[in-house]
Amino acid sequence: MISNLLQSDMFLLTLTIGLYCGGVALYRRLHLAVLHPTLLAFVALIVFLKIFGIDYTHYREATRILDFLLGMSVVALGYLLYEQYERLRSEALPILVSVVVGSLVGILSVVYIARAMGADHVLLNSLAPKSVTVPIAIAISEPLGGITTITSVVVFLVGIFGSIVGPRLLRKCGIRNLMARGLALGSAAHGIGTARAVEMGAVEGAFSGLAMALMGIITALLVPLLEKSCY
Amino acid sequence: MLGFFHILLFWTIGNTISYLTGNYISGNVLGMILLFCALRAGIVKAHRVRPAARFLLGSMGLFFVPFGVGLMVSYDLIAQHFWAILIASVVSTLLVLLSTGGIFQKLLHKQ
Repeated sequence: MISNLLQSDMFLLTLTIGLYCGGVALYRRLHLAVLHPTLLAFVALIVFLKIFGIDYTHYREATRILDFLLGMSVVALGYLLYEQYERLRSEALPILVSVVVGSLVGILSVVYIARAMGADHVLLNSLAPKSVTVPIAIAISEPLGGITTITSVVVFLVGIFGSIVGPRLLRKCGIRNLMARGLALGSAAHGIGTARAVEMGAVEGAFSGLAMALMGIITALLVPLLEKSCY
Repeated sequence: MLGFFHILLFWTIGNTISYLTGNYISGNVLGMILLFCALRAGIVKAHRVRPAARFLLGSMGLFFVPFGVGLMVSYDLIAQHFWAILIASVVSTLLVLLSTGGIFQKLLHKQ
């Protein structure tokens, strides 16, 4: 009876949203960057599923609607771009240059470091799109024969790491311009960084959303090209 | 609700274009670009999309959680190459943060 309840789609979805809301509340109260709500929810869920022996495929089915909402929120970024259009237009070239460089740096550095540490070609293809949002990253690594479960988990962890470390690292390195901070977060930490940037302010949010979109498009174009020529 | 309708509509159109062009760019990114263009062109009124967009963007962090939970099943695969994945991802992420942010700020000052 209890285990039926715990395994039900309704319960798993409620639990996921509840844990995330708990994480948000805790984060607002303590203001510790490490207590990222997404991170808290994900750790708590893994512990919960392990304890009650619920398998991942079942959990994934139960929370299918969140994938759907993620897809919608990527489209919704178009609205954010619209809001910041004037600013975006006046800085179009610097934006494009910095995101293209970011994409190249992101792909090549992860591939070369991983290869130097003994990663095989399949793993390199799974890691190459690690800076772009999950749906796009999977669309990049899958056709190249990457392992999509590795891609999605690494992309997730990179997003968490980038959005925790990013704001502080940028400040320490003298990158204080709001637009630059937004771009950096969106390029390095995709949607999770953008969620953080939206919290920081409207300018950061819009630039982060834009960077995430550009990064997705540019990386999708570059990875297949670099895969043939550089690694 | 009208906002959700517009978002879904542009996503659907984006998916269709993506499918027709061999899935080179994913449908939701195309949907984002299309929504932006429609707002610019005045085909869609901004205030109609605003509430739905705000809601979705404000809870984006939640939508990623199930992907992270996937660590449960890919743990063994990742553990085999743990250090390579960890160090490569961490260093690369820091480099992207600094290169994108730094270059943009430099270019901005030059203007």
